[in-house]
Amino acid sequence: MTVPALTKARKPKKLNTVEETLSNGLRVLAVGKPGVPMAEVRLRLPFLSAKAAHAARAAVLSDSILTGSHSHDRAGLAAAVQALGGDLNVSIDADRLVLSANVLSANVTALLGLIYEVVTSATYPDAEVATERDRLVENLSIARSRSQVVANEALGRLMFGAHPYALDLPQPEDVRSVTPAQLRRLHAELIQPDGAILVVVSDLPPARARDRVAAALGEWQGRPTRPRVPKLPPIVGAPFELIDRPGSVQTSIRMGASALRRDDPGYAALQLANAIFGGYFSSRWTENIREDKGYTYGPHSRIEHHALGSTLTLDVDVASEVTAPAVLETYYELGRIALLPVTDKEVESVRQYSIGSLALSIATQAGLASTLTALIASGLGPEWITEHTARLAAVSLEDVSAAAAQFLTPTRFLGVLVGDEASIREPLSAIVALT
Amino acid sequence: MPRTAKLPAPSFEIVHHTLANGLRVVLLPDRSAPVVGIAVLYDVGIRSEPEGRTGFAHLFEHLMFQGSANLEKLEHFRYVQSSGGVFNGSTHFDYTNYFEVLPSNALERGLFLEADRMRSPRITEENLANQLAVVKEEIRVNVMNRPYGGFPWLELPPVLFDTFANSHNGYGGFSDLESATVADASDFFAKYYAPANAVLAVGGDFVVADAIELIEKHFGGIEARQAPHRPDFGEPPLSAERRAQTTDAHAPLPAVAIGYRVPDPPKELAKHLANVLLVEILSEGDASRLQRALVHRDHLVTDVSAYIGEFGDPFDERDPTALTITAHYPDPESLESILVAVDAVLADIARDGLAPGELDRVRTRLVSSLLRQVDAVLQRTLAAAKFELIFDRAELLNELPGLLVEVSDADVVSAAAALKPDRRAVVELVAGGAR
Repeated sequence: MTVPALTKARKPKKLNTVEETLSNGLRVLAVGKPGVPMAEVRLRLPFLSAKAAHAARAAVLSDSILTGSHSHDRAGLAAAVQALGGDLNVSIDADRLVLSANVLSANVTALLGLIYEVVTSATYPDAEVATERDRLVENLSIARSRSQVVANEALGRLMFGAHPYALDLPQPEDVRSVTPAQLRRLHAELIQPDGAILVVVSDLPPARARDRVAAALGEWQGRPTRPRVPKLPPIVGAPFELIDRPGSVQTSIRMGASALRRDDPGYAALQLANAIFGGYFSSRWTENIREDKGYTYGPHSRIEHHALGSTLTLDVDVASEVTAPAVLETYYELGRIALLPVTDKEVESVRQYSIGSLALSIATQAGLASTLTALIASGLGPEWITEHTARLAAVSLEDVSAAAAQFLTPTRFLGVLVGDEASIREPLSAIVALT
Repeated sequence: MPRTAKLPAPSFEIVHHTLANGLRVVLLPDRSAPVVGIAVLYDVGIRSEPEGRTGFAHLFEHLMFQGSANLEKLEHFRYVQSSGGVFNGSTHFDYTNYFEVLPSNALERGLFLEADRMRSPRITEENLANQLAVVKEEIRVNVMNRPYGGFPWLELPPVLFDTFANSHNGYGGFSDLESATVADASDFFAKYYAPANAVLAVGGDFVVADAIELIEKHFGGIEARQAPHRPDFGEPPLSAERRAQTTDAHAPLPAVAIGYRVPDPPKELAKHLANVLLVEILSEGDASRLQRALVHRDHLVTDVSAYIGEFGDPFDERDPTALTITAHYPDPESLESILVAVDAVLADIARDGLAPGELDRVRTRLVSSLLRQVDAVLQRTLAAAKFELIFDRAELLNELPGLLVEVSDADVVSAAAALKPDRRAVVELVAGGAR
């Protein structure tokens, strides 16, 4: 019996969008997407700052912003959101703060009203801030007890040095010294409509959704005080840093290098080269060290996009006793794809996979809202999705091999190993330089 | 405030079909996007593992991806991904699922891939050895090398339940896993992977008659085998409190899991839904009772969560199922205070009932989050298959909101009153890691 051929592909429907920048500077994108009677809302505020205590303040702010406003206390606000069939939460990273919400679309106006209340009148009550500060310290301690978090933090330091991108998680002593007054000041500086992005995806006609946003948030006024931010340092290859985690039964291996931004003409080719190397299950790296050798549950190679630049990061956790062989195979696969041409079959596979994954990433209201928010923040628009699909379809084998030769060379990478040093240092020393 | 009676419910078209070999088919046509979801659920999970073979259901799940009647090793992954699709599988207490989401022009290919392994997976010594190594790495990364890994889904069942079926380690001990043979796998397949012991669900972009024709074409020829008898795994509620301790070498803070045996979900659905709403009242969001009392007021715990089902999905298990409350806390001496505080919250509900509007608010949010979950074709397809297998009724996908509306304050109060101290199992996780 033979595997059935694909039938003719049906084209996805065009996105039904309305865009407008309100007079207060808030950029609004409303999308109509038939589906469940829900609305997904993302309010994205630039939050990048190089101030020393910024990471800690931003983290406590994101944990405290929903703990009180002029009209509601913490439980009251949560109850009001729930009663609408809604959920409202906050996430933070070095680039941005995002208020993410979803709600029964019949109640979107009321939910937007609660968002307005939070951005214009969050009070940061002393007692709630104290609670959140303590909880954050405990949660940081839990996070840093994970080998993967230790490895990711170390890789961030190696790649970004003193740049704020290196400070993904704040230090506990910085968190302890954050005051409610500092949070109120940070809120006033950065939680402002000018330069912020609001995306709403719902089953409502987009013009109506846009009108509701304009009615609810049009009165919000203010310009942020944009901190100056240093440029990203260049990322250059270096020996592995070995971090001891005594008794660890596995080693967390992380490697990083610079990559291309989404708007770079060479990005589609790099995306496909990365997929062939380690960016999907049928990649060379996975088929080698998982499906052939059984060294790991799963390696991942991904391109990550930040506001100031993009990176290529490799992560894999392997048993302590096979750490050196796993590094060897990783170097082998990087060297092979950088030096020798890829095959037509490999390119066709990752081409279809990448086009399919992009389509899946926008198949739900929630996925579409998050994808569009990230695109707009990078200076791209909804049309990027169709345009990029066409670019993926047009990339040639030569383009992919050239991108691999330029970006996947092993010497471009720097790396971190977190594991049981007593058992892994000696075998590793045989094949790589360690610091 | 939105009125309960107005809660929206999904109205997905659901079509049933049964093949001559006993395979039950559920179809959910939806032409809104060119995507299809395919899910096959087999009625065998962790609870059906034989003694001496802990972890076998999960190991076997891995083997189902290693080639089949017409496919070499690696081909399953490659066919799905080079069609633009995504695949996975997962092992649960009462079932095992296999699924993919694909562009709709790959529908027949996806059906072929699932039929081919239902016909005969290609289980060899080499594949078994390879996947044994992969599964051991999975356990190392998710349990042995991770703080709170497997807590409490691996730590609570041995204390809360008595029988081997319900209490054993579902990931498996390494010695049991290592002693598994190809013959064990063949027997397991012959016994549990009969078409009559499975549900196939297909959702998304197709015409029903065409899909049925393709399903008959690919699955119809699979030989009929008798579905195995499924024993009743139920255990009555505890009558005396049980306590146990476990030490976690990596964990920086202590944690606790409190488990109760609760009513049979399919057989006592109304009581089950009262518990589903109770856990929302207890711990969903900042307005919930346990958050307010233990986190915000008393500062006893850094987080607290109440849920039903070992993996947090209340519709995932038949009898028995557990209601679990977990918390991480900073002070190792505070366990008794935490238990007293939890009991006080439950006793408050049992004595004074719910606050006006409390149930409506929580129910509105639960319904909207259920709607949101099934916006994705794959999640909808998986949910329909699960409702068909566990509850014998795929239509619950549409009917749950209506059934939740029928739950009264008194039902939730009775559910809370049943969670008495003498009916609980308490597992204390002692933190052995650096703070």
